[in-house]
Amino acid sequence: MNAGTRRAAPRRWDAGRVGVYAFLLTAALFFLAPLYIMVVTSLKSMDEIRAGHLFSLPLAPTLDAWRTAWSEACTGVSCEGVSVGFWNSVAIVVPSTLIPILVGAVNGYALSYWRPRGAQWLFGMLMLGAFIPVQVMVYPLVKVLASVGLFASLPGIVAVHVVFSMPVMTLLFRNHYAALPVELFKAARIDGGGFWRIFFQLMLPMSLPIVVVAAIMQVTGVWNDYVLGLVFAGHEHLPMTVQLNNVINTTTGERLYNVNMAATILTSLVPLALYLVSGRWFVRGIAAGAVKG
Amino acid sequence: MARRSRSVMRRLMPWAALLPMALTVLVAYLGTTLWSLRVSVSSSRTFPADDFVGLEQYERLFENERWLQSLQNLAVYGVLFIVAAMLIGFLLAVFIDQKVRAEGLLRTVFLYPYAMSFVATGLVWQWVMNPGAGLQEAMRRIGWTSFTFDWIVDQDKVIYTIVIATVWQAAGLVMALVLAGLRGIDAELWKATRIDGIPAWRVYLSIVVPMLGPTLATVFVLLFTGVVKVFDSVVSMTQGGPGTASDVPAKFIMDHLFGRANLALASAGAMVLLATVLAIVAPLLYARSRRRIAQ
Repeated sequence: MNAGTRRAAPRRWDAGRVGVYAFLLTAALFFLAPLYIMVVTSLKSMDEIRAGHLFSLPLAPTLDAWRTAWSEACTGVSCEGVSVGFWNSVAIVVPSTLIPILVGAVNGYALSYWRPRGAQWLFGMLMLGAFIPVQVMVYPLVKVLASVGLFASLPGIVAVHVVFSMPVMTLLFRNHYAALPVELFKAARIDGGGFWRIFFQLMLPMSLPIVVVAAIMQVTGVWNDYVLGLVFAGHEHLPMTVQLNNVINTTTGERLYNVNMAATILTSLVPLALYLVSGRWFVRGIAAGAVKG
Repeated sequence: MARRSRSVMRRLMPWAALLPMALTVLVAYLGTTLWSLRVSVSSSRTFPADDFVGLEQYERLFENERWLQSLQNLAVYGVLFIVAAMLIGFLLAVFIDQKVRAEGLLRTVFLYPYAMSFVATGLVWQWVMNPGAGLQEAMRRIGWTSFTFDWIVDQDKVIYTIVIATVWQAAGLVMALVLAGLRGIDAELWKATRIDGIPAWRVYLSIVVPMLGPTLATVFVLLFTGVVKVFDSVVSMTQGGPGTASDVPAKFIMDHLFGRANLALASAGAMVLLATVLAIVAPLLYARSRRRIAQ
């Protein structure tokens, strides 16, 4: 984004300029404060937390709270830390990223090029369906999954993620294919390419950028999901967000703020790292997902 | 004959490929919605019943103190959250667009909370707002002994704490989208208005905001769907408390579906929620489709 070519006004340090920076710096402090508080709290011992205050720097930084949070913190019944949830989340995120992307790409491809009769109508319903609150769908979906024996299982929670991500994944790929020159597809048809051959050999290789955007969106969205994991994953596969909440909100006795904050950082680490590494791609995903319809 | 069946196969293939989408629409969207609608006019408790009781559940719903409280909370929360997130996000975008230094760094700082889950967001802010050990205590120890910030345990103010936490999480999203919109505005506009001596704030208010109409509508729809969904952040931050002071419809419905075994009442609540969403989103989507046809 070329900010340099916008306005040619000379950059003076007048009152307005000072005001701009004052506002931005104040805002930056507000946005960074929780991160700072999380990090310093996680590095303190409980004694130090009681003696100091929210903003004080740790005098004797220790990683004990991190170790406890990862492998010993209690979630009501068991005391295995959030590491269990971490691996559960990994197991959920991988298929819940790959399958929705593939389904979304096939949907977008079929909708953009093959246009079977009635498909546009179906697509309209799908887009409208994106606005149905989870609470309307959750109980009947439990029933449906239970009837096919998938409730509270890994395939069950993955299927639910496929359903809930389908509108945005389909839209993403439909818009992407709509922007490609249609002659490409026509030429492949004349050469005798079938539905799947054109998809796998021509369209999918040309979708790499949008696949990256979709993957970032899915990994972040599925990793951060709470309500679907809570209902559909079952006790054996509870994702990290659910276990984190259990560690913090269902424990009785003294609250270990240092452990809580370490667990919170650990749970946020994957999406935060992805955000920092992917940068502009992350923003592209937001923009692409935002253009509904 | 073989050739013919192959061509039939080929013609059916796009439909076969769209089968997951058709199933999603028919079963997961239409099916579940109709099922919830049906249950909401029955007397179902733990298990679905097939009797018909008319609108009785809806009447009971709107006589339920906790539901009314959660609706009121949703309204207060929704208005404050959307206004605050849009205002702060818009201002951040405008100020960042003044050719400031370290723009990339600032953008990263404002948007990183959006990468965090609502659960994590709720838990951090629960700690910050904890009156015994959080911000209040910190300010008092620093020397401001009369400083009081105990909204999270105050029944009348707890909903504002949810607003603060979620605005922190979502303002960066507004900033990112508005900034993209601002960068799409022709530089000629700024030249022209500067020659005419029009103050910048006036240009933003009278020209830029109307030009960003579609962007702002998109932002509104995104934030609004977030409002209806609000659940994780309430559960992690206050568990709906103190008492039921920060309860929201999504939580009310989940509790009645899974904890209190009152399927019919919960389904009635879910249908009210769906009607609310459609009433607000449908006109916007309609306006947008009209605009696209007009273009």
